[in-house]
Amino acid sequence: MIPRVGVVTFPGSLDDRDAARAVRIAGGEAVALWHGDDDLKKVDAVVLPGGFSYGDYLRCGAIARFAPVMHSIVDAAKGGLPVLGICNGFQILCESHLLPGALTRNDSLHFICRDQQLRIEDTTSMWTADFETGQEILIPLKNGEGGYVADEATLDMLEGEGRVIARYLGLNPNGSRRDIAGIRNERGNVVGLMPHPEHAVEDLTGPTTDGLPFFTSVLNSLVGAS
Amino acid sequence: MIDTVTHAVEDPDRSQPFAELGLKPDEYQEIRDILGRRPTSSELAMYSVMWSEHCSYKSSKVHLRQFGEKAPKTDILMVGIGENAGVVDIGDGWAVTFKVESHNHPSYVEPYQGAATGVGGIVRDILSMGARPLAVMDPLRFGPLDAPDTRRVMPGIVAGVGGYGNCLGLPNIGGEVVFDPSYLGNPLVNALCIGAMRHEDIHLASAKGVGNLVVLYGARTGGDGIGGVSVLASETFSEGGPTKRPSVQVGDPFMEKLLIEATLEVLHAGLVEGIQDLGGAGISCATSELASNGEGGMHVWLDRVLLRDPTLSPEEILMSESQERMCAIVTPANLDAFLKLCAKWEVEAVVIGEVTDSGRLTVEWHGEQIVDVPPRSVAHDGPVYERPFHRPVWQDALQADGPDNLARPSTPDELRATLLTMVAAPNLASKSWVTSQYDRYVLGNTVLAQPEDAGMIRIDEETGRGVALSTDCNGRFAKLDPYNGAKLALAESYRNVAASGAVPLAVTNCLNFGSPEDPEVMWQFAQATTGLADGCLELGIPVTGGNVSFYNQTGGTPILPTPVVGVLGVIDDVERRTPIAWREDGELVYLLGDTRDEFGGSEWAHHVHGHLGGMPPAVDLARERLLGEILVAGSRDGMLSAAHDVSDGGVAQTLVEMALHSGIGARCWLPDGIDPFTLLFSESTGRAVVVVARTEELRFTEMCAARGLPAYRIGVVDSGLGPDAGYPEGTQVLQLSELFTVTVDDLRTAHEGTLPDALR
Repeated sequence: MIPRVGVVTFPGSLDDRDAARAVRIAGGEAVALWHGDDDLKKVDAVVLPGGFSYGDYLRCGAIARFAPVMHSIVDAAKGGLPVLGICNGFQILCESHLLPGALTRNDSLHFICRDQQLRIEDTTSMWTADFETGQEILIPLKNGEGGYVADEATLDMLEGEGRVIARYLGLNPNGSRRDIAGIRNERGNVVGLMPHPEHAVEDLTGPTTDGLPFFTSVLNSLVGAS
Repeated sequence: MIDTVTHAVEDPDRSQPFAELGLKPDEYQEIRDILGRRPTSSELAMYSVMWSEHCSYKSSKVHLRQFGEKAPKTDILMVGIGENAGVVDIGDGWAVTFKVESHNHPSYVEPYQGAATGVGGIVRDILSMGARPLAVMDPLRFGPLDAPDTRRVMPGIVAGVGGYGNCLGLPNIGGEVVFDPSYLGNPLVNALCIGAMRHEDIHLASAKGVGNLVVLYGARTGGDGIGGVSVLASETFSEGGPTKRPSVQVGDPFMEKLLIEATLEVLHAGLVEGIQDLGGAGISCATSELASNGEGGMHVWLDRVLLRDPTLSPEEILMSESQERMCAIVTPANLDAFLKLCAKWEVEAVVIGEVTDSGRLTVEWHGEQIVDVPPRSVAHDGPVYERPFHRPVWQDALQADGPDNLARPSTPDELRATLLTMVAAPNLASKSWVTSQYDRYVLGNTVLAQPEDAGMIRIDEETGRGVALSTDCNGRFAKLDPYNGAKLALAESYRNVAASGAVPLAVTNCLNFGSPEDPEVMWQFAQATTGLADGCLELGIPVTGGNVSFYNQTGGTPILPTPVVGVLGVIDDVERRTPIAWREDGELVYLLGDTRDEFGGSEWAHHVHGHLGGMPPAVDLARERLLGEILVAGSRDGMLSAAHDVSDGGVAQTLVEMALHSGIGARCWLPDGIDPFTLLFSESTGRAVVVVARTEELRFTEMCAARGLPAYRIGVVDSGLGPDAGYPEGTQVLQLSELFTVTVDDLRTAHEGTLPDALR
């Protein structure tokens, strides 16, 4: 069985081709999903790619949340469908309340693009199972509004339940609270990540291929479950 | 009251504000002669903006002709100069289009929006050829880094380039950042875009097929940028004048992203007969150019244009430079399908006219005729000037004032100190403060990006076919000798592309100069265009298009003549790319080419002594061609691990960048018979530093010897030099044998601190 992974295109999505390429390189079948269509085309997992959906107007992810496709994704995610939100996708997951907290403007006030070191903190999620706990990886980071914030109780809860899946190493690039780069939901099927694993899947175009396990993790868990 | 054609006939002597619109009295008279009456106010608006320097190239045309007349024989040029952008055949059925344009004056007035809309405009040029835009580059020039106004314009311009390009989803793969006092009151913002398409997808700006419809789609038309082109680009900034902020366009990259996707879908669905972007001069330009290139006639219902501001007059609608708009020629049968695809992307579209065979461009406004002109007279047959020019009176004195008397470092300590000073000089320092604000990863095809010699992208994911691009210009060289300065810019760009492993193929340019009404500036322009045309002929690569920006000066003082040259190269498999960083211990470092004592216009003379005089380095394009062939062969046959061109800052800068980018040290030494200062800092051309594995050394050196290219072994990559030099184990050092040693960390601190410290 080759798992089918949907990649959503919103108006203003930019990394949708990249996410689809990463899915293919990892061994999955990429299926294009359209923001205005609530049909998930029987996919086994979904990636919400990076970009500036709806121009990031109002607030990043705030308008995308109301797209017809998101109604289906929110329902399916509550039923266990694996969902990975990268960058703008992470913002959409927070706006959709599939994940707690919010992403705010970088503390430097500049957009930042650089190769970022991360430490994988949790390997129980469907998107991080192929990593080792504590593994250090290097993948691109590129965002203008990537500072993860939540109230102290939520941050304590996330850390207490092992739901921080990755943290920034070295200089915190955007002012994220507690150096948080990515989190998961309680069940482990929904993951939001600010850096871009889909840009680190080929030696030719990425700084490393450290992003690939995010995609193989979900494919392996889907194959194992079937 | 609306000024109609009937009024113009009935009221022939009405006085008209042609001078305020930038037209000269004889130009106004010519319009009257063409029409056989006075123009209506709408016609006057159209002519004034289309006959502006920016749109008509009236001062540059006679010189630009050389690019066609001296074009080398080539079979790669599919669309040449004159269209929105030139198109080059890169093989396997792929065509690539690329072009660079200026947005200098708007960026000085309003840095963020000026720079942002510069990116937006060039992207639409590429899109209108039928290509998917794939990457951008931005050659930027500012006043001194420590000048207060640089702190005003530079962060805004960088944020504008990034804000627009990032949101559009185009990787920024390179460009230039140069500082010089001459740009203080007139920064240069040039924007380059490259796109690719299959051969059969090439589209042109022509309105063919009588009865076909003219569809305007994209953003609504507003009052922004009214007269932006003519007012901003054709006048020099003068102190005390009224503020011109309202003339700068405001960009919406989100709309542009939708426009790109919608346009590519309608093109691929075969729904478009002709297409044109709306940039400078807006609807005036698009309708007159489409009509002029097609059947020759067009009728426009101007009141059908969707407006952001309903109070706009017809003259303003014709001149508006609202961004993110396109104009397509569509058959009536295809209209519904066209509108449906626009609706899919939530892009508004409306039919504003139809193609006719009347030979006239006619525009009506609520039933009244307000324009009736021959479209060619607006779009193509504007005035052409043979501006007078003469060699500047100061040119001989400047060339006589060579750098020979400048104090040179000679002791090892002095040379080491000079090296650390130079790598931290604003023009040589790391530009990552700028480039880290640009997304270089999006689309997933970026193979090389700044600080590599050239940006390289993969075009075909199956075969690995790709292209490399570099833009270059040393304005100091061009001031010392504009003819050879333009050749030097071409040579550097050519060398950078070859160093990446790609075969140089074609040229674009952005010619930034002062006022064409100044005969000395005009001489610089004439010399530079001749030099560039001659150079392209010698190298065998054609100019495919370009852009001229005049009136770059503050008061009576023009900028350094700045003919920015972009060279495009093709590589049949991007896996063979040559990066600038060496990789591992034992690799051998070779210097290719001849080093002479050449410091006129050099970065050393500029940064250390504040001196500009003498002659620039000699340029030998036959040698550049040979060097390029060796670099490409070295890549193709797997002989080179790394290669880096030698240019600004000399061999010292080249070696430092290679060490910094790899993080590994090296032991280097000087070839016999040359003094250390000259070897390290001279900017002789036709050189590169290459890195060769020991197993490839013999094959490589024999190839160089057989082809007659001097190759000197000057070093070996070595990560274990730290302890010998008195540093802890593991410390990476760059060692110049018998001269000095410097740690890679110290180099990094010096190199990377300059911009962040100044712009904090």
